[in-house]
Amino acid sequence: MVPHSPTNRPRPLSPNIQIYRPQLTSVLSIVNRITGIILSFCAVVLVIWLVATATGPQAYAAVQGAIASGVGRIVLFGCTFAFFLHLCGGIRHLVWDTVHGFELRSIYASGWTVVATSVVLTLAAWGASLLIAG
Amino acid sequence: MQRQSTRSPRARAVGLGSAKDGVEHWWAERVSAVALVPLTLWFVASIIAHTGSDYDMFITWLRAPLATIPMILLLIALFRHAALGLCVVIEDYVHSGAKFAAVIAVRLGCVALASAGIVATLRVALSG
Repeated sequence: MVPHSPTNRPRPLSPNIQIYRPQLTSVLSIVNRITGIILSFCAVVLVIWLVATATGPQAYAAVQGAIASGVGRIVLFGCTFAFFLHLCGGIRHLVWDTVHGFELRSIYASGWTVVATSVVLTLAAWGASLLIAG
Repeated sequence: MQRQSTRSPRARAVGLGSAKDGVEHWWAERVSAVALVPLTLWFVASIIAHTGSDYDMFITWLRAPLATIPMILLLIALFRHAALGLCVVIEDYVHSGAKFAAVIAVRLGCVALASAGIVATLRVALSG
């Protein structure tokens, strides 16, 4: 008898994610992933922007124009919110890595703190930007 | 007659996940995350401060070592963190043969993009 021989018998599966009612905990978990993917695309834009800057004023103006357009601003606003969600969510994960804040109360408190802080920081960032732009 | 495997349990486990470099991956993700907290906040604050700036003002800012150095550090930490995170996402959701290709593409792409960003930053910093 081989104890670990592979079998073709279908293995029992745990219920998939769609079965469960969404909760703050599960929603923030997937949000951290989605925002991470969004921010990876933002990183690509950052490189395009830097390469355009190194190329010259015309290339820079083209990229800057696209970012400053109506659609560009809406996307940038979304990316700002994604950034703060991932930042705050990431800090929450770093705290968890120190084996702190695992009680159900703390998990919900930190979760809502992440949401509220991200909203406030996004609005503050755009408020400051509009203030500087005059 | 069934063939008895002569391989040890460890030999079977090596190459099947955590027996590879899980700890290194976990730590690199955390260390790059810690580095990104100040670097990204510096970047966002700098961009906000430069709202409405023209090309020359922006170039002047990026040429200063206090902007060039954090920008390069940001690119290194950002693409290291992105590569680690995206690989986990791929490993979790892509189960076909495309998984290997996707992981390789993400890893190489992140190195290429970080290099392009660093070279562009240095060109701005060292030109004229």
